[in-house]
Amino acid sequence: MSLFSKENGAVFTGPLNINNPIAVQVLGICSALAVTSQLKPAIVMGLSVTVITAFANVIISLIRKTIPNRIRIIVQLVVVAALVTIVSNILKAYVYDVSVQLSVYVGLIITNCILMGRLEAFALQNGPWESFLDGVGNGLGYAVILVIVGFVRELLGSGTLLGFTIIPSSVLMENGGLYLHNGMMTMPAMALIILACVIWAHRSINDKEK
Amino acid sequence: MEHFFSLLVRSIFVDNMIFAFFLGMCSYLAVSKTVKTSLGLGIAVTFVLLITVPVDYLLQTKVLDASGILGVDLTFLSFILFIAVIAGMVQLVEMFVERFSPSLYAALGIFLPLIAVNCAIMGASLFMQQRILMPAENSQSITNIGDCFAYALGSGIGWTLAIVCLAAIREKMAYSDVPKPLQGLGITFITVGLMAMAFMCFSGLTL
Repeated sequence: MSLFSKENGAVFTGPLNINNPIAVQVLGICSALAVTSQLKPAIVMGLSVTVITAFANVIISLIRKTIPNRIRIIVQLVVVAALVTIVSNILKAYVYDVSVQLSVYVGLIITNCILMGRLEAFALQNGPWESFLDGVGNGLGYAVILVIVGFVRELLGSGTLLGFTIIPSSVLMENGGLYLHNGMMTMPAMALIILACVIWAHRSINDKEK
Repeated sequence: MEHFFSLLVRSIFVDNMIFAFFLGMCSYLAVSKTVKTSLGLGIAVTFVLLITVPVDYLLQTKVLDASGILGVDLTFLSFILFIAVIAGMVQLVEMFVERFSPSLYAALGIFLPLIAVNCAIMGASLFMQQRILMPAENSQSITNIGDCFAYALGSGIGWTLAIVCLAAIREKMAYSDVPKPLQGLGITFITVGLMAMAFMCFSGLTL
């Protein structure tokens, strides 16, 4: 089978839309909600998860024939925990302010259900290259939802995107305008409701296609 | 003693695992279909929390920290050590439940071993790690092993409370007329969002 065959393409693009890990498989919700009050941490988190899922998939896929079945969960957890430790230290070294914002949620990538789900369901049965594509696809599928929710929350909650002001301060209520930032958007509760709307839209579009 | 109760109450209502930090969402959404099963899972999570948080506290302060018995700063190993403790404990609880309550064991199914990858457990240990560094007069700080028990118990009770409430609502919601694409997951998210807003009114709570 060639490296870029049709099956491999489907492995990669499936999780981006019709098999999205958050909207369809309902995995990895915790961090998706907690880090999205601004766009920048959401992007960093999405990229970290993509990298970790891809490499964990490759490593487990390479050693899948030597892992005894009974202790495979522990082996998977140790591989993932080692990768997360590396990523967490890299984040601390190069983007310290974002890593402070993400706080415990970087460590919680270890217990992200997307990782365990993909390792169990895909990497244990497939070769390293397919597993790598699957990992990248699922990580990006997760990142897409994070970016959408982060975009809406930061724009409506504080009127900025990636820290740049989008909504001009002259239209704000305190400067004589008519617009008021929606403080609710920065609170945890709204993340759930926006995610519900994303899922709603995703399902109604995909149902029509069927 | 005052600090003990303050930690306990704050971690149930203010720093609620589900409504303030979204930890343990996967099993929270998947198991909350009936009140009885969710109560069982809540108790199992509380039990695992009560063991793992104090054990991780001892590991963090006595072994990994620079002032511990090894005399070297090994805190970068904390992720691996914490997850190993959690995975071992969950194995133990699983054997316990299988022996003493086979019906609960069957009802929880795959979600019992998955407590090991429940973010609430790992999250509580990581928050504990952060709170050790806080100044002692802070109402959230953890300075000794007693505080650890209070924090673990409070987080466990808070998680149980959240899952039982949601299960009760979902049992009633089965009879309502929900738009088709919103059925199942979508409406559950909106319900949890409204519950989280209700819990926000506890945020000024002080003891």
